[in-house]
Amino acid sequence: MAKIEIRNLRKEFGAFTAVRESSFTIEDGEFFMLLGPSGCGKTTTLRMIAGLELPTSGEILLDGEEISQRPPSQRDIAFVFQMFALYPHMNVRKNISYPLVSQGMPKAQVRAKVDEVAGILGIRDILDRPVGGLSGGDRQRVALGRAIVREPKAFMMDEPLGALDAEFREHMAEELRALHDRMGATTVYVTHDQLEAMQMGDKIVVMNNAVVEQFGTPQDIYDWPATMFVADFIGSPSMNFLRFDGKLAPGATHVGLNGHDMRVPELREGAEGKLVFGVRPEHITLTDAGDYRAEVLAAEYLGTTQIVTLATPNGEVKARIGAAQKVAAGETVGLAFRPDTVTVFDEASGRALRSAKNEGVLAHG
Amino acid sequence: MSSFSVTETSARAKWISGTLVILYALITMIPLVWIMLTGFKSPADSISYPPKVVFEPTLEGYVNLFTTRTRQTQEYLEANPPQNWADEIVRQYDMVIVGPSKFGQRFMNSVIIGFGSTFLSIFLGTLAAYAFSRFRIPLADDLLFFILSTRMMPPIAVAIPIFLMFRNLGLSDTHLGMILLYTAVNISLAVWLLKGFIDEIPREYEEAALIDGYTRFQAFYKVVLPQAATGIASTAIFCLIFAWNEYAFAVLLTSATAQTAPPFIPTIIGIGGLDWPAVAAGATIFLLPVMVFTILLRKHLLRGITFGAVRK
Repeated sequence: MAKIEIRNLRKEFGAFTAVRESSFTIEDGEFFMLLGPSGCGKTTTLRMIAGLELPTSGEILLDGEEISQRPPSQRDIAFVFQMFALYPHMNVRKNISYPLVSQGMPKAQVRAKVDEVAGILGIRDILDRPVGGLSGGDRQRVALGRAIVREPKAFMMDEPLGALDAEFREHMAEELRALHDRMGATTVYVTHDQLEAMQMGDKIVVMNNAVVEQFGTPQDIYDWPATMFVADFIGSPSMNFLRFDGKLAPGATHVGLNGHDMRVPELREGAEGKLVFGVRPEHITLTDAGDYRAEVLAAEYLGTTQIVTLATPNGEVKARIGAAQKVAAGETVGLAFRPDTVTVFDEASGRALRSAKNEGVLAHG
Repeated sequence: MSSFSVTETSARAKWISGTLVILYALITMIPLVWIMLTGFKSPADSISYPPKVVFEPTLEGYVNLFTTRTRQTQEYLEANPPQNWADEIVRQYDMVIVGPSKFGQRFMNSVIIGFGSTFLSIFLGTLAAYAFSRFRIPLADDLLFFILSTRMMPPIAVAIPIFLMFRNLGLSDTHLGMILLYTAVNISLAVWLLKGFIDEIPREYEEAALIDGYTRFQAFYKVVLPQAATGIASTAIFCLIFAWNEYAFAVLLTSATAQTAPPFIPTIIGIGGLDWPAVAAGATIFLLPVMVFTILLRKHLLRGITFGAVRK
């Protein structure tokens, strides 16, 4: 089991830069998510850790050892592919035993080991079947079996649930997380699905355009996004951005939204010009009393809650409120924002302004 | 009357297409069947007019193909009674068998050169195709075009330079020379066909093998090759058919030691007059290896047609 440190990792493919100076640390035993839209460099980062791509510059430390230029066979890292990549000309048992055979392990020992792993994954009964006819879930389990059988230092997983149908994905995600908790192995998991990342990860790295945008626990990232991209990417519906012009000094506790004073966490840095007032949908309440008024455009009923779309003087917002509250399209209501949850962004750079609330999170982001 | 369906052909359409295919097969098989039958005819039957479809079969053609014979005097023939059935056949013409013909040796030359060059084409072609498919090679597209461009003229157009080159290098009339020549012609086909097949194999298989602790070459050998078997088999058939049937270079560059069967078979005509049954017997035997090879690899050929349609 291992700690992985990524330092200033960079990868260029010709003129295209896939990963730009990324740094983060994966602690021993962590379930670590690499999250971002497609083409953001998350898979390239994962492949560099595994050794399938060599970095242009930067370091990868596995338990303090620099491994960035070693071939994959000398890294002791397992990889689960999105399409599983089970060897099609071998049956399940051979697929799982392949990594052990390459190490020259005696046959009897290989057999015992494969049986043990098959027991953990519940696939003993399909060991002698060809991989061609297996269901998606079983393929997934075989791919996992091939990864865990050699007890590697760390697991890399490239959207392993992406090829499964929605219903089964949920189940497999739980199974995967349970397997991780049982083995306690360092796992790096690539996904573009923010819900999956939040649900399964101990820590998340959010990447965009080859750059690490933020790095932290799911809750920190959700509550205190470091950039507008993260705020927008995480959460469904995503964070609301109310745009305003203003000048804020360090220590400010209020911002002016269209002439209304709104409380925000005490700012630690000043800013001027085009700014953004960021608030999560669930931190907006609809009150008749509020003097910041907005017109209801639509309401989506979701069972326990509803998503209300409103037009404000600072742009459209979505609010998540209890399903019981009656809202009709066309009516005008007052809005209130929970002041201690607000993040103020500088629109030009997209960065969050440091405040009393988020500075702890942003310090290591 | 069955109802109309987009996906299933109607019974009548099946019947018509079936009839057409059978008709086509029969027409294309007529020359082949004629050659095979002629091999079992007597020389007189083989040139009779109108042609004989029903005739008394004889192995005369095959005996003449494999032996050299000489005419003998009556006294000699009476003193030496025939030893076996082959002797009996040649006695009708007052002849005796004096030894084997060159056909066996020429046939073996064809086998050595045909299979040797096929093996070499596939071996080099697979490695080259793998490299073109997987690695970032500078000017890869230009190199591939260059390789293909060697097929843009008939190979025989460069016969004279090759003839001179072979003479200077001492490759004329050698097995090695012919193997190298046929490999040079076939390799462009092999690289292009195999690259297509290898492109279809997901890289993840090799990457999985690399992760599982194998070297790049082991991953290629243990994971890619079994996956490419279909492509290799069909490419091998194409290469073998070319090398096996090639006539022009064989006439030009080989004479005694390395002559293959195609230039030899027509020369049978000169030995004992117009011996059509012997020629036909030679052609029939000459057909067999390619037929057997194709039938053995037929399973792969059929899979080759549907390649790429299967789920990865």
